[in-house]
Amino acid sequence: MTTATLPKPDMPPAPASAPDSLPLTSEQLDRFGEELDAIRGRVLADRGQRDVDYIRGVIRAQRGLEAAGRGLLWAGVFPPAWLAGTAALSLSKILDNMEIGHNVMHGQYEWTNDPKLSGKRFEWDTACPADQWRHSHNYMHHTYTNIVGKDRDIGYGILRMSEDQPWHPYYLGNPLWATLLALFFEYGVALHDLEVERQVKGEIDRSEKRELRRGIWRKVRGQALKDYVFFPALSGPLFVFPLAGNATANVVRNVWAFTIIFCGHFPEGTHEFSEEETENETRGQWYHRQLLGSANLSGGPLFHILAGNLSFQIEHHLFPDLPANRYADISAEVREICERYGLSYNVGPLHRQFGSVVRKIGRLALPGSGGSLFGRAIRAFG
Amino acid sequence: MALKLAQRPKLGFLDAFAVPHGVDGYLEQIDPLLVRGECRAAVSRVERLTPESITLTLRPNRVWRGFEAGQFVRVAVEIEGVRHERCYSPASVEGRGGLEITVKRHPKGLVSNFLVDRARPGMVLGLSLAEGDFRLPRRRPGSILLIGGGSGLTPLTAILRTLLAEGYERPVALLHYAPDPERAIYREELARLAARHSNFKLLRSYTQAPGLGEIDGHFTPTHLPEADPCFAEAETFACGPPALLDAVRGTWANGLEHRLHVESFVPPTFVPVGEGGEGAIRFAESGVEVENSGGSLLEQAEAAGLQPAYGCRMGICHSCTCRKTAGTHRNLITGEVSSAPGEEIQLCVSAALGDVSIEL
Repeated sequence: MTTATLPKPDMPPAPASAPDSLPLTSEQLDRFGEELDAIRGRVLADRGQRDVDYIRGVIRAQRGLEAAGRGLLWAGVFPPAWLAGTAALSLSKILDNMEIGHNVMHGQYEWTNDPKLSGKRFEWDTACPADQWRHSHNYMHHTYTNIVGKDRDIGYGILRMSEDQPWHPYYLGNPLWATLLALFFEYGVALHDLEVERQVKGEIDRSEKRELRRGIWRKVRGQALKDYVFFPALSGPLFVFPLAGNATANVVRNVWAFTIIFCGHFPEGTHEFSEEETENETRGQWYHRQLLGSANLSGGPLFHILAGNLSFQIEHHLFPDLPANRYADISAEVREICERYGLSYNVGPLHRQFGSVVRKIGRLALPGSGGSLFGRAIRAFG
Repeated sequence: MALKLAQRPKLGFLDAFAVPHGVDGYLEQIDPLLVRGECRAAVSRVERLTPESITLTLRPNRVWRGFEAGQFVRVAVEIEGVRHERCYSPASVEGRGGLEITVKRHPKGLVSNFLVDRARPGMVLGLSLAEGDFRLPRRRPGSILLIGGGSGLTPLTAILRTLLAEGYERPVALLHYAPDPERAIYREELARLAARHSNFKLLRSYTQAPGLGEIDGHFTPTHLPEADPCFAEAETFACGPPALLDAVRGTWANGLEHRLHVESFVPPTFVPVGEGGEGAIRFAESGVEVENSGGSLLEQAEAAGLQPAYGCRMGICHSCTCRKTAGTHRNLITGEVSSAPGEEIQLCVSAALGDVSIEL
């Protein structure tokens, strides 16, 4: 469990009590849940043409950016074309993964009955097979958010992101592993469900994961052939330009997705939970845990779109299947409710939240909570 | 409730470039009809044959495989962002280019009223491939009797037009029931066809305007000899409201059933299953369990807050088909009871008998 929240100018003070001794009575939590349910019900009833038009507009923009990016990179031997093409393709992949893929696969647009917007059918432009993502993310991560030992998004089985994860000398490499994870994030996500570290420890048998491995291989192969063989081949002897552009776009998307996602659950002030304290949760308690485990990013409309509206991580975790384009509308109301119940609503600009994540990654490389003199020294440099 | 996607055409290397969205994901941004993995159609012509109906000529994309006279298609429209599917029987001649459907206004018909009010040339609709066993045998029968009412006239019109267009010379008769001439779809064309083809006999009954047609009142067996003295030997196709079909079925219930083909456009009224309202229904993938009320599994799933795919809600289109992993269910249309596990069942016309587990 993290210690007291650092004071932040645009954040109301955190509740004085520690989060594991819940600051609210169960009646208060019930009412808190009812108020959030009311918001949810209102948005559900109001879904309609505007939401469909919105997501289709984003898809249209993504397909256009991708076509433009690939076209420019074909002629990537000219530096302006390479730069513009790489930028367009990076944006395309970011939109595809964040605002379209993540949200459509949550089933946020399933009520439209449009097969193209079906959460069960959508496949995205990244290494992770969509069906595996739906399990690890929609089910595991969203149901067991920030529960250490259940939510594999806590460090992806690679990093130490919570004091509750026992320290091991391996975690001295936390900053290095985090950098590698950021650069190759799509593969980190793709390997998510293989639970490689548990295979290494002998907790699970390798053969249990055969089907998953097969699915990952199929997806990774298709993606790699497209970006690193087929499109470069179209440029003949100048293949290296689209090849470099495609690789750059993938890395840009990786780093961006890593940044946004880690800012969603790991800035100072977010909490992790144990399996015991989350047993037999009421709806109000579930909402409460989602709130305490999530953090928002402030920014403009374009920033929110590129973040897949995960900049409204709190609203997303409270209401994962509401269309993401509605999170901005309801965020003021959610915040007002939280403040009324004395609950902290963790929000800050990207640089501050990410800085906080980076410090945590460095701090937890060391034993305990990294609160030692040595740890503080490291933090001063972080 | 997506339309059953047509088999995705193999584009080989092109699709390898378009991973993971496929070539269609880009083509449809240029023109929604260009897709190769999904049947769609544009409205090319709009006519109003009666004040309460609209007749649309559709131009399907290249996925369309044609239909046999009598079959139906599922048409999908988007209303307020939500896609809705309904079944319509084309009324046009089989094997010809244009696909014609006639939609009648319904007091509570969301899709029918939308189409009657809003359909315009250029509008793009979702389309399934043609389905259904209600169709002319390939080997045309020796004589044919058609019995229809309301919008049930559309598949019969397709059958009639197809027969006459291909020069069928054997007797064909149509018993047409409508409230009054004003609301009788295809009235003028049928009259023209009857005047032009001596082998086609048209008998109309206007149930709310007696005396205006050749016969009067609702269907009775006494209408039959007037249409075809040898009606028992004719291959008979009936389509229309439940009361009409019940009366027709009753008449053909004496060993002639094999000559009767029936298509129902209206959901059958479900008899509450006496012994069915017991046990629990488990929707396994959603992790939801509800007490069995005895109603259709689709309704119970929806009442439990799930959003299963569905289409016709009358047991035709298979949009709502799910795997039953355990338990006994009863088909509400056929009354068939089955305990086989792992069956694909249609939720809209299946009720649980005791504990049932559904992959939903």
